[in-house]
Amino acid sequence: MSIVVKNLSKQFGSFKALDNVSLEAQSGALLALLGPSGSGKTTLLRIIAGLESADQGQVMYADEDVTQQSPKDRQVGFVFQHYALFRHMTVYENVAFGMRVRKKSNAEIKSRVNELLHLVRLEGLNQRYPSQLSGGQRQRVALARALAVQPRILLLDEPFGALDAKVRQELRQWLRQLHDEIHLTTVFVTHDQEEAFEVADRVVVMRSGHIEQSGTPQEVFDHPATPFVMDFLGNVNVFHGRVENGMAMMGALNIAYPEYPHAESRQATAYVRPHELDIERIPFGASSLEVRVLQLNPAGSVAKVRVFSEQFGVALNVDLNLERYAELRLHPGDLVYVAARRVRVFMPGTQDYEI
Amino acid sequence: MHAVPKHIAPLVPVVHSHGRSAQEDPAWIRWLLISSAMATLVLLVIVPVVYVFCAAFSNGAVAYWETLTGDSDTLHAILLTLFVAPISVIANVIFGIAAAWTITRFRFPGRTLLTTIIDLPFAVSPVVAGLMFVLLFNQRDGYFGPLLKMGNIQVLHAWPAIVLATTFVTLPFVARELIPVMEAIGADEEIAAISLGANSWQMFWRVTVPNIKWGLLYGVILCNARAMGEFGAVYVVSGHRTGKTETMPIRVNTLFEGATAATYSSALAVASLLTLLALVTLFVKIALEHKTQEDLRQAAKSQEVE
Repeated sequence: MSIVVKNLSKQFGSFKALDNVSLEAQSGALLALLGPSGSGKTTLLRIIAGLESADQGQVMYADEDVTQQSPKDRQVGFVFQHYALFRHMTVYENVAFGMRVRKKSNAEIKSRVNELLHLVRLEGLNQRYPSQLSGGQRQRVALARALAVQPRILLLDEPFGALDAKVRQELRQWLRQLHDEIHLTTVFVTHDQEEAFEVADRVVVMRSGHIEQSGTPQEVFDHPATPFVMDFLGNVNVFHGRVENGMAMMGALNIAYPEYPHAESRQATAYVRPHELDIERIPFGASSLEVRVLQLNPAGSVAKVRVFSEQFGVALNVDLNLERYAELRLHPGDLVYVAARRVRVFMPGTQDYEI
Repeated sequence: MHAVPKHIAPLVPVVHSHGRSAQEDPAWIRWLLISSAMATLVLLVIVPVVYVFCAAFSNGAVAYWETLTGDSDTLHAILLTLFVAPISVIANVIFGIAAAWTITRFRFPGRTLLTTIIDLPFAVSPVVAGLMFVLLFNQRDGYFGPLLKMGNIQVLHAWPAIVLATTFVTLPFVARELIPVMEAIGADEEIAAISLGANSWQMFWRVTVPNIKWGLLYGVILCNARAMGEFGAVYVVSGHRTGKTETMPIRVNTLFEGATAATYSSALAVASLLTLLALVTLFVKIALEHKTQEDLRQAAKSQEVE
């Protein structure tokens, strides 16, 4: 079942949580709402679920307008950030709750609960209480509970936010797998871009109540529509300079920029990701920037090098692969040269974003 | 670069079991404080309580029982108290849940003021509370007087006034117990219940009530103890008519003022019964306190980020 959101607005006092947001999740899609706190992503999710009412706009499930429907009639599965499991009920009763309030027969409840506990791999724990479970287990109970009502859509609010890194990683992959098995239209909220990219088919990046960009993870990562998206999706180095004749010129750093072929020179800001910068011991010709090595951190899958550019008066982050790092034998204080393999240029006036 | 020392001294000094730590007072001060506290307790609490029981039972259990049940006025007082207290408790539970719900689940202007007003009955002297009801409900020139006269409804000097006064005096108990419990537990589970298709009634009975039950029971116990023991406000509104509007505490007073040997021992018997109720309350309270604390701890734990 697809979800369509049309021109949704919501205001809390003087704070605009959502400002004319429109969105579509196709049937069977797994969509991530990605954004910093205060971007309106949770509010949007709660309005889709019917837990919050919109000031304006429409929510549709397939062709059905559900804007005025109660959460009960909408039949959605909702998973809360802190699980919100019923603490005085066993795992079994937690999962059964949605069916109990709908007056299903005991036999039906029993078979469905057992089926779901099998699905979330929690067989044998049905007589435990939430306080006796680990974080990851609680989250899976919450998911089973949400699925028990045979929801038309599944909504998850920061589903892995409260878990430690390792469990989070496992659950992400598991959620993706589960989604491939049950094909339920799913929307989840996260502030973690890695999580969004790893799990979702489509990513919607939100910022202060509106949608900045939406697309597949690849599209969004490779072609960020705005400086905000660029910055939000990971570390960036920022250069202020000019563009003209198909070149972006940031001091000594010159990079081909065919998107702007005009002769008229314009002010621009260039964004370069740390892994798109390279370090050499000798100048690359006219297109490299002289910098001094500040810090070295080779612990991890890439070596993180921090360098300082006198010309710009800023520190830059460079990620090198470990072989390259070993080859260069850098030491703090070394004078080296930096070049960019790739830049994204945003011209002021068209964008209102400043880093 | 400094060489890393092989043995790093622990940051926290080791406390030896003999010796005393800085925040501890010398032994003689400790013993002086403890023994003076104990002496006060024995003198002001334990001795009177024990004395009441000893005196009440001085003629044996049979005599005690006859004193309590043999006098129809005393029996009436006991029954009136057992009638009034539950009504007050029920009113309290309804008000307490409603107030705690309003305060913890909604954000509205005047919320802090409401929290303060709930405590007002604790601050007002019971006698003053009783007087307020007299001013409101007397048929001669009370605020509701004309109305009551028209309907020929007797409020003052009858059980409705006793219920009103008792309820007023005990009003904050349940609400005060529930507000912190409901605040700590939060609305998450209730919202989850709604999202799973429960209606408000199902949400309340299946999720809210089980979560607050120990706090609620604790409030009820305290409220009940106070309701049975209330003297001042009830004295003012009831007219303390023997055999008609006397509750247990007032009966004790009346018997005591009777100043004969018989009434004196009757007074002690009723007083000991009241004391017994208080002691039972105390023990139930201790047991429940433990449960309520457990609930609060659980609530705090479940909100921790793992």
